[in-house]
Amino acid sequence: METRSLLDEALGLQHLTGRVLLLEDCVETSAAFVLHHLLKRSLSQPLHSSNVVVFVAFAQPFSHYDRILRKLGCNLAAHRNDNKFVFFDMLRDFCPDGDNGKGNDGGLVSLYGKILKTISALPQENKNCVTVMIDDVSLMEVSAKGSTNLVLDFLHYCHTLISEFGCSLVMLNHEDIYSGMGRPTLILQMEYLADILIKAEPLATGLASDVHGQLTVVNRSIDDGERSRNKLCNFHFKVKENNVEYFYPGSRT
Amino acid sequence: MAATKTRTSSFSRSFSGASSPQIPGLKHGPNGTMFVSSGIPDLDKILGGGFALGSLVMVMEDAEAPHHMLLLRNFMSQGLVHNQPLLYASPAKDPRQFLGTLPSPAVPKDEKSSHRDPDQEKGLRIAWQYKKYFGENQQGFDSQNGKHEFSNNFDLRKPLERQFLTGKRIDCASILDSPNLVTLYDRCATFLSQFPRSDSNISCVGRIAIQSFCAPQCGYSSLEWDMLSFLRSLKSMLRSSNAVAVVTFPPSLLSSSSSTRWQHMADTLLSVKAIPDEDKELATLLTGYQDMVGLLNVQKIAQINTQVPVILDATTFSIKLQKRRFLVLECLNQAPIDGSSGSSYGTSGSCSGSSKTGYLDF
Repeated sequence: METRSLLDEALGLQHLTGRVLLLEDCVETSAAFVLHHLLKRSLSQPLHSSNVVVFVAFAQPFSHYDRILRKLGCNLAAHRNDNKFVFFDMLRDFCPDGDNGKGNDGGLVSLYGKILKTISALPQENKNCVTVMIDDVSLMEVSAKGSTNLVLDFLHYCHTLISEFGCSLVMLNHEDIYSGMGRPTLILQMEYLADILIKAEPLATGLASDVHGQLTVVNRSIDDGERSRNKLCNFHFKVKENNVEYFYPGSRT
Repeated sequence: MAATKTRTSSFSRSFSGASSPQIPGLKHGPNGTMFVSSGIPDLDKILGGGFALGSLVMVMEDAEAPHHMLLLRNFMSQGLVHNQPLLYASPAKDPRQFLGTLPSPAVPKDEKSSHRDPDQEKGLRIAWQYKKYFGENQQGFDSQNGKHEFSNNFDLRKPLERQFLTGKRIDCASILDSPNLVTLYDRCATFLSQFPRSDSNISCVGRIAIQSFCAPQCGYSSLEWDMLSFLRSLKSMLRSSNAVAVVTFPPSLLSSSSSTRWQHMADTLLSVKAIPDEDKELATLLTGYQDMVGLLNVQKIAQINTQVPVILDATTFSIKLQKRRFLVLECLNQAPIDGSSGSSYGTSGSCSGSSKTGYLDF
């Protein structure tokens, strides 16, 4: 009944399990809407009612996501009460010195501990349907005081969750931060880890109110036997309050 | 785009009447946000209402001209006129001196406003006798009754009267003599703790203005990550309080990657640029070039509680001083040229009624 959007087709998401998704955006075009879409997807699929989302928010408070997802038709507060949505508000804890009792790790070690505890405490049928979402990794770097290694360690630990429990990992990062660097270890390693890479960019032609930008999806995880090459899709999008329109360039009249 | 613009403005007008008796200088916006005025009526209009409450506004300075001070001054004055507490931090030795340079709201006398207002309507000039028949001007007349309108016009040549400064809660901090950001963080935290966000009633709104945050004289250049985490925590504190912060910074002093990080941190991102005095090429391109003081670029508009980005018809505006007193922002009026550069595409798109046919071009 519901037609699948171009994004869903490009993702080929019958099952997210065991996948790493990386969203990249820039100052001009935010990819947060893709994150909201994935969040809604994993929470409101009737077939996968055992899905659980662990959301690590460095960027926005809960009320922000709650309002947006409500407009998308998904009640986060209700899901949170059902323990299907676990929200870690990383906005709050801040120490200007960086070393009062936290061992200068920006709280990442304890954060991982909390995520692991949350997942282990889940009942067995939920355990392998967990999605860990991080919004966004560049702010995680800020709370780690610029220590790329700490962030990478954290991401690798999260990656082990995938093999251990069959979780999936969705991360958002801002690509333009790293574009001026010589060898941006963090973003390169993240891209290496990622099975699916989704890039949001502005149009090359500049501003448009009908087209908010373009998405490039590189899907490396298609493994239907002999075919294992990358699938690359590119399409335009227009973000609305309750959905997002995806269309191929020039296909709208 | 024009449609949404008119929608928001009509929206706000009907609301401002309802909300102003409760607390002046606040306006309901979409998605449960509230707006405070930036102190520049044109900028409020461009941003769809003003600065959203709980947002971090960042202004990228031009190294060659102090245009960011114009924005800061109007922002601060507007807050004082609305009796909102203010925290001002700057790298100056005595930040309090800056308060003496704040502009005063334009005198809302009858003859003055009738002289002023027709100029404000860009296209249309109306003889003053007929002004009262136009709805637009009702707001202008409201200003006579008091300071309860949302945004004032500020007379840059007249300093703010003492009555606005004395007895107000103005907190000044110098970021010159502290070795790290802890003191500034504490000042902001104690200031913001006065305005906790509760669900329904807003009793008071605070404004924070931080000028030239990463200026070299503060000696923070080695504290790149500390500055970032300060901004991050400032943003998170703002989100949970009824306040707006404007932070200006010279991006040229930052490395390109951390400058981008700062830009990502901002909810609303503006940049100001000076225009060279005798740029013959620009002078022929733009109409009204000689009146311009500088250019304002709107890079990002706060998306609070929404995922829909605000796309403006034009992102570059000229900063002009009207009668050498009032700050106005205008769309650039460009002579038609071959649209090779990206910026000309954006700015000349102000007549975007044509954008309907635009995508046939792909």
